[in-house]
Amino acid sequence: MALINPKKREVQVKIVYYGPGRGGKTTNLEFINRKFKKRILNEMVTVKTYGDRTLFFDFLPFDIGEIKGHSIKIQLYTVPGQVKYNATRRLVLRGVDGIVFVADSMDLRREMNIRSLQNLKENLESFNKNIFNIPLVMQYNKRDLSEEGIPILSEDALQKDLNSRLNAPYFPASAIRGDNVAATMKKIIALTVSSLRKKLE
Amino acid sequence: MDFTIDFTKEQIESIEDVLQEELIDLGVQSVILMDLAGNVIVNLDNGGTSHDVYSLAALAAGNYGAVSAMANIIGEQEFSLLFHKGEEESIHFSKVVEDLLLLTIFNKDVSLGFLRLKVTEAIKRIQMLI
Repeated sequence: MALINPKKREVQVKIVYYGPGRGGKTTNLEFINRKFKKRILNEMVTVKTYGDRTLFFDFLPFDIGEIKGHSIKIQLYTVPGQVKYNATRRLVLRGVDGIVFVADSMDLRREMNIRSLQNLKENLESFNKNIFNIPLVMQYNKRDLSEEGIPILSEDALQKDLNSRLNAPYFPASAIRGDNVAATMKKIIALTVSSLRKKLE
Repeated sequence: MDFTIDFTKEQIESIEDVLQEELIDLGVQSVILMDLAGNVIVNLDNGGTSHDVYSLAALAAGNYGAVSAMANIIGEQEFSLLFHKGEEESIHFSKVVEDLLLLTIFNKDVSLGFLRLKVTEAIKRIQMLI
């Protein structure tokens, strides 16, 4: 649940990018950081381990203006995708308001996507949250790889594997090129903020 | 179970008064009352600092969670107090109630013992307000 500060008339909204390791969560945030540099007052914080993998999380805060007289501070986080870091993933999910699930389109990563989504569901349950009730956007990343001859899953196959029951909005994307990165982010912000509107009235 | 507590404007103002009297007036650089989701609830400073409090709170929440996991491994429920000492500036973390942390940033002019005493006082007063 977002934190509302009635004195400063400020709302802090936590959005978490979730998904399997090496799927492009950090690349999403890096692109957003470059593209929206003017709006982002603080440096992106990243806690990496040897070998440039996310150890703890990346953190990128920025302002999106006012809604009903409250200034909205969006805080984007990524989780470490590697299976062994589940304790850290759970920590980052604490107090989450909206989720982007970044799936890897590569054929080879099919199983990893499914397992990561299952892991998200379980971790949300540990905070008494239901994946069906939380604002969620799917991103099918690395669509550009097909041009290099790397086998990728079709959008239909990804939809069937991951989104047939959730029915979340989804975007084919290439985080490295920036394709649909902003669109994914705008969608999750819109969904999350609209779920807050009532509370601000 | 949700992890964020809703505060009224009056509660926030009373907490600010406590933090000002107990800590900022003592010479502390800045204080942040935050939740374990990494949200900043109250932050005050002495006017001489410009720390990025939102990033600090995000990292502090992660840090506190990681240290609590370490505590569990050795059979402790948690470590309710943490202290990081720097050359010039240091950070002191203390749990206020379930899910709330008080972060205090101070320099060499403030003694750790006195600070701990004042943090305890401040926490007692904040607990009465929430």
